[in-house]
Amino acid sequence: MSQSTTASSYNYAYLDEQTKRMIRRALLKAVAIPGYQVPFAGREMPMPYGWGTGGVQVTATVIGPSDTLKVIDQGSDDTTNAVSIRQFFEKTADIDTTEKTKDATVIQTRHRIPEETLTEGQILVYQVPIPEPLRFLEPRETETRKMHALEEYGLMHVKLYEDISRHGHIATTYAYPVKVNGRYVMDPSPTPKFDNPKMDNCAALQLFGAGREKRIYAIPPYTKVQSLDFEDHPFEIQSWDQDCALCGSTDSFLDEVILDDKGNRMFVCSDSDYCQSRQDGSMPSSVEHTLSQASQMQSVNSEASK
Amino acid sequence: MYVAVKGGEKAIKNAHRLLAEKRRGPKEIPELSITQIKEQLSLSVSRVMAEGSLFDEDLAALAIKQARGDLIEAIFLIRAYRTTLPRLAYSLPIRTDKMNVERRVSATYKDLPGGQILGPTFDYTHRLLDFDLMEASDDDLSEEVSTDAEGLKTEKTTQPSDTGMPRVLGGLLNNEGLIQAETLPENEEEHPVGDLTREPLEFPVDRDQRLQNLARGDEGFILSLGYSTQRGYARNHAFVGEIRLGTVSIEIQPPELGFAIDIGDLEITECETVNQFQGSKTEPPQFTRGYGLVFGQNERKAISMALVDRALRAKEMGEDIVAPAQDEEFVMSHSDNIQATGFVEHIKLPHYVDFQAELGLVRRMREEQQTPSTQQSQTQQAAE
Repeated sequence: MSQSTTASSYNYAYLDEQTKRMIRRALLKAVAIPGYQVPFAGREMPMPYGWGTGGVQVTATVIGPSDTLKVIDQGSDDTTNAVSIRQFFEKTADIDTTEKTKDATVIQTRHRIPEETLTEGQILVYQVPIPEPLRFLEPRETETRKMHALEEYGLMHVKLYEDISRHGHIATTYAYPVKVNGRYVMDPSPTPKFDNPKMDNCAALQLFGAGREKRIYAIPPYTKVQSLDFEDHPFEIQSWDQDCALCGSTDSFLDEVILDDKGNRMFVCSDSDYCQSRQDGSMPSSVEHTLSQASQMQSVNSEASK
Repeated sequence: MYVAVKGGEKAIKNAHRLLAEKRRGPKEIPELSITQIKEQLSLSVSRVMAEGSLFDEDLAALAIKQARGDLIEAIFLIRAYRTTLPRLAYSLPIRTDKMNVERRVSATYKDLPGGQILGPTFDYTHRLLDFDLMEASDDDLSEEVSTDAEGLKTEKTTQPSDTGMPRVLGGLLNNEGLIQAETLPENEEEHPVGDLTREPLEFPVDRDQRLQNLARGDEGFILSLGYSTQRGYARNHAFVGEIRLGTVSIEIQPPELGFAIDIGDLEITECETVNQFQGSKTEPPQFTRGYGLVFGQNERKAISMALVDRALRAKEMGEDIVAPAQDEEFVMSHSDNIQATGFVEHIKLPHYVDFQAELGLVRRMREEQQTPSTQQSQTQQAAE
């Protein structure tokens, strides 16, 4: 089969229209009940489970010919799986793609939220491996659904408390649980907890797709998203002693790059578009503004500098 | 100076090209044809059709070729194709009692109406490598094999099979009321058969969805679970009442026609097990059943499926759930090899960000441990 015949013998954006309708219904329900996991009849996709089939199904359902798509993995547009998913939509949905966060109408992501503030009208689609935040505390779906229904989240707080008593910190660094709209505890997907504050009161629509587990959930724009914590142990985000070695950013999430086998390493922005824009000097001013909004960051930075 | 890694696009393209080259192998060796795979590796084709849940021998053979013989990869190709196919019609239930039987054995009766027909089985072969097969040679097969059912029967006393082949459990044991009857929903309109590929899996589930899940489930996983029931993890004393392999016709009944039309044949393996009897104050002791059905020829899977089906009926039989094979959430959530292989293998994808987050935490905790004074001040801070 040549690539061209493959593309033309499938429906627009791969999924058939009935499947899209089923997914749209699930999405509407998810938006109506922020943070609630809606079961949906996930389809087999032409990429493996674990590669973002949930996110791909959501993107395929919401996307149209006038959209501009950005795909990131680990914050970067050029990681292999991001390239592969972007090519999939170029081929099946005949769509414009971009690496610029501000130019995208739909952004599919794995493990990061872009550093640049998202705006109204944008949709951020997350790829989710395990949608159930209580899964590692209680493996049974029948039990965890009951716990959500009864708003029975004591177990999660006990887990976080045990972390503090054992380590002095909450030892969760990514997939850090949040409470959405004051009701459902939700897994933000394995983004670093650094990104949690960006979810709160976000102007963009945030959609979450878990293909293997067949769940969809959502955070509508301007919804309260609170990272779980305690009064005496407030939520805090990661910080680094170094700045980004390429763009000098002091307040973005940094990846560690090992330079040799003698322990030398450097730190660079995980968000490649953000880093490149700063190097080009084209960073819009709004970004600086948002970053200073994250007040927790300031406190962490000052603590780290002590 | 470090330059951000670019070139994912080019690397992917080259990797695909290398893969295609590896699949083909050395050019001086003739390329495998789809018909060769279909006709000579038919048990692989059976497995790919069963777990891919699409009955199409040519596509299964193509998938095996494209997947370089990796059957789970081939199953994946078939699943990804299947999911795009429209549903044109639902067939009538297939009639396995009307099967054109190629093999049929019962372990519970020495002889029975219709007879024991061995068919093409490895069961009584000695597992000695046949070095003659090293060379392509059809000499051994020059003698015509009798595929006539009479020639494959173990007993000569039985009635000829053309008088029908009643099912052991349904026809023979049920006459005496010794075995639990299979009950069908009164009204199929109100209780349509579930379809896990069209509705999300929500627990608890009914037997129809469990059977669908097992039929699509990984052969190795179902085999091991079935085995575990025999070793005491929810033992249910199974006998193979009957195994039959053959073709059944598949029929649809378009509403505008009002009668059924035959649209083709399906090769299937069916297994029914007779399991431990139970009784209660209100019900006399009775045997119970397990059921297995797979596309193509695959007795290992059909028998294992019947064992696991019986184990999963624990709740309806009022048995304690004590073992993995009885636990529908455990079994159904982990039986699908496409889901399993995807999620297990996905950890080879980049996880720099999460790992960075963990690195930071571990470094910080080690620092605190090594300098007790800081730790104290940290704890103090924490207490504030």
